[in-house]
Amino acid sequence: MKPMLRLEGLRKSFGGLRVTDEVSFEIQPQEIAAIIGPNGAGKTTLFNQITGYLAPDAGHVFLEGEDIVGLTPQKIVKMGVGRAFQIASIFPDETALDNVRAACMSKLNQTRHLWRPVEHFNRATEQAFAILASLGLEQQADRMAYELAHGDQKLLDIGIALVLEPKLLLLDEPTAGMSPEERQLTRQLIKQLWAQYKLTLIFIEHDMDMVFGIAERIMVLNHGALIADGTPDEIRNNKEVITAYLGEEA
Amino acid sequence: MDFNFIVTQLISGFTMATLLFLVASGLTLIFGVGNIFNFAHGSFYMIGAYFGYQLVSVWKVNFWIALVAAGAGAGLVGAAAEFLFLRRIYGRAQEGGFQILLTYGLILIFDDSVKLIWGTEYKSIAKPSGFTGAVQLGDILIPTYNFAIIAIGFVVVVAAWWILAKTRAGRIARASAVDREMLGSLGVNVPLVLTVVFGLATALGGMAGALAAPLRSVTPGAGIEVIIDSLIVVVLGGMSNFWGAWLGAVLLGEVNAFAVAYLPAWSTLFSYLVMVVTLIFRPEGLFAATRLRKV
Amino acid sequence: MMVSSSKYKFGLLWSVGFVAFALVPVLVTSRYQMNLASHILIWGLFAVAFNMLWGVTGMLSFGQALYFGIGAYSIGLFVHHAGKAWYLPAIPIGLVFAAVLSFLLGLLVIRVSGVYFTMLTLAFAQLAWQVTFKWYDFTGGDDGIQGIIAPGILANKMVYYYFVLVVVFLSVWFLKRLAYSPFGLILRCVQQNPNRVRFIGRSVKMNQLRIYVISSVFAALAGSLMVGVDNSIHTDMFFWTTSGEVILMSVLGGLNQFFGPFIGAVILILLEDIIGAKTEFWPLFLGTIIMIFVILFPKGVVGEIQHLRHRSKSAGESGGRHETHASA
Repeated sequence: MKPMLRLEGLRKSFGGLRVTDEVSFEIQPQEIAAIIGPNGAGKTTLFNQITGYLAPDAGHVFLEGEDIVGLTPQKIVKMGVGRAFQIASIFPDETALDNVRAACMSKLNQTRHLWRPVEHFNRATEQAFAILASLGLEQQADRMAYELAHGDQKLLDIGIALVLEPKLLLLDEPTAGMSPEERQLTRQLIKQLWAQYKLTLIFIEHDMDMVFGIAERIMVLNHGALIADGTPDEIRNNKEVITAYLGEEA
Repeated sequence: MDFNFIVTQLISGFTMATLLFLVASGLTLIFGVGNIFNFAHGSFYMIGAYFGYQLVSVWKVNFWIALVAAGAGAGLVGAAAEFLFLRRIYGRAQEGGFQILLTYGLILIFDDSVKLIWGTEYKSIAKPSGFTGAVQLGDILIPTYNFAIIAIGFVVVVAAWWILAKTRAGRIARASAVDREMLGSLGVNVPLVLTVVFGLATALGGMAGALAAPLRSVTPGAGIEVIIDSLIVVVLGGMSNFWGAWLGAVLLGEVNAFAVAYLPAWSTLFSYLVMVVTLIFRPEGLFAATRLRKV
Repeated sequence: MMVSSSKYKFGLLWSVGFVAFALVPVLVTSRYQMNLASHILIWGLFAVAFNMLWGVTGMLSFGQALYFGIGAYSIGLFVHHAGKAWYLPAIPIGLVFAAVLSFLLGLLVIRVSGVYFTMLTLAFAQLAWQVTFKWYDFTGGDDGIQGIIAPGILANKMVYYYFVLVVVFLSVWFLKRLAYSPFGLILRCVQQNPNRVRFIGRSVKMNQLRIYVISSVFAALAGSLMVGVDNSIHTDMFFWTTSGEVILMSVLGGLNQFFGPFIGAVILILLEDIIGAKTEFWPLFLGTIIMIFVILFPKGVVGEIQHLRHRSKSAGESGGRHETHASA
């Protein structure tokens, strides 16, 4: 079976600084993987290169066997890669429903309609409600996105990504800024969504409960290089990983 | 092609370029340091011209003193405008639109105030004594006042360079252009920097107005003509590129001088075309080192 | 959802507005006042169309006067050079020309953003102003062209007024449907988060181009309507101050409200009429009014009213719906 995502020798430097250092790994379909590492390890930069926002200096990114380096972000989205951002990327002056509905109508190619009001597009509206419901946000449908709690905004961000029926979903610190209760709820929610939408999931996280709680596979980045790649147990006992984290704190 | 003609045009173009630079440099400074597009900049030019008129033609003050005073006066008005009004819209959503409107409001107020105080007839200032004649270079006659303008422009350029490159104040101004917030957290009084820069920039513009006054009459409409030309210069040179403004001014000044000679009806059209082409293909300016990234 | 009740309110406002304007020729005593109402309607359309660019999509064009002028000059030049019979055909010709030109220019101007976009649109409009100003033989230059009268029954001022009323109402209605349509939603999303718009698979630039063309065509329509009211064309129609007027009207009325710019047009034109009659220093007043609104009432008249209404409403319910955009 072809891997969903395969990185091969990915390299990126900014000036003299190596931010991605020969990163290679494979993710199988419907795997849940976590990318962890100290701050500045280059995790978000890696996501940027996978999703086409940043061009790597060298190396390849294969999505189901196809090399996607050099393609525009829109193209990569169309090929089935979804993403939620570290700072929730939403439409603040629209309602939560409209945030998702905009994405739904885009998927249904209905955004060129300029006469009928948005509310009359039943299919898009139902789809949007369904997604809000799967995120537990259906009560907030009519609230403006900027009014939502920070954690809900991040969920909305995920909701927008889900509309496009991604095969691969990249989440950048989904629980950042949440309270412990919210984090637990979000953890369960993400696991649910993974099952419901049959996703291949890669998330960046600092919350170790989340990482060791739902990831089957953990990759550790430090200074742009992949220093460990394995199961939670393997990573827990990996000396290099421990040094990387403790070394940072020291 | 007459050699004399070319030289005459070159010098006349350079004179215009100097005046243009004095105005446009202020515009560039304000945009670079404060991220403000001072649409009303031409009005300060006009105010400087009227202050000059009042000082020289009415109160019979010495021309050179009046020049500095007119510039200072315009600068004070500018600083006040920034402090009282522009400051209140920093950081707003859609700031650009509000800036344009605010400065548009200032244009209206200044233009009418000038009419209120001085009336609508054209005023004039005599050239300063000693500079009323012309110098003969071979077959060419060049007004000495043009040399005065060029000389003053030179002094200003050198002074500006020195301040920006060699003094702490200059470094702060340059840093403001790059990262205002960082500067603030380093303890620099950023609002004060903005007000001072605005005042200096408008003082330069006002001085240019007074300096140009003996060459053209002093009218309420002067501001509008100047702002469009300065706009073109700033676009050519790069919106926040101080030295680019100088090169842009020279380019426009010379292009205008020759265009006026050969195609008088369409010379201004030509300047607009240059601006349009630059904005489309090199929005960062003709002389910029880095290209603007288009997403 | 609250849609049905606000739609009912909406329908009421529309009807009241239409009837009010329709009664003007019956109630007013002078041709001058009817003219004023025509001006309000036409500028209202122009401003609302402009605000689709700025308030909705975030594109501050300082050059919509270009298309306004094209709409007007299309009629003026055809009638002046080819005869009165060309008055009506010149209107669609002007609109098509505006559409084609805005498409071509749009391709160029959307390459840049922010202040560069604003300056470029200004430059194009000023270019047109220069051409019409200098080309005296063809355009009449600074004198303009007078004596352009609409043909047939439209020559009657009252009939023409109703013609303007119907065209403006239909146009504004169309634009309102657009604002609330999926296209309108995407435009607002383009303003709020262009990256995310790309992410959901839409092209930011294509959508910007579409609304630029639509807005410009309606600007041209407004210009062509104006010719029949003033019976003349003038280069000032291309001047940057004309572009500035619609920006001003949008701020005065509220750039985040669909009808804001229309209300802004009403306010500005009435103010100018009242104050302009009393003093020659109208620009001074206008400048002061601009300053007051920009600094103290940036949401505009409609915006501030909406804001107060929702503040008092949400005092009762927590987290009540706070409309910041495109609402009646």
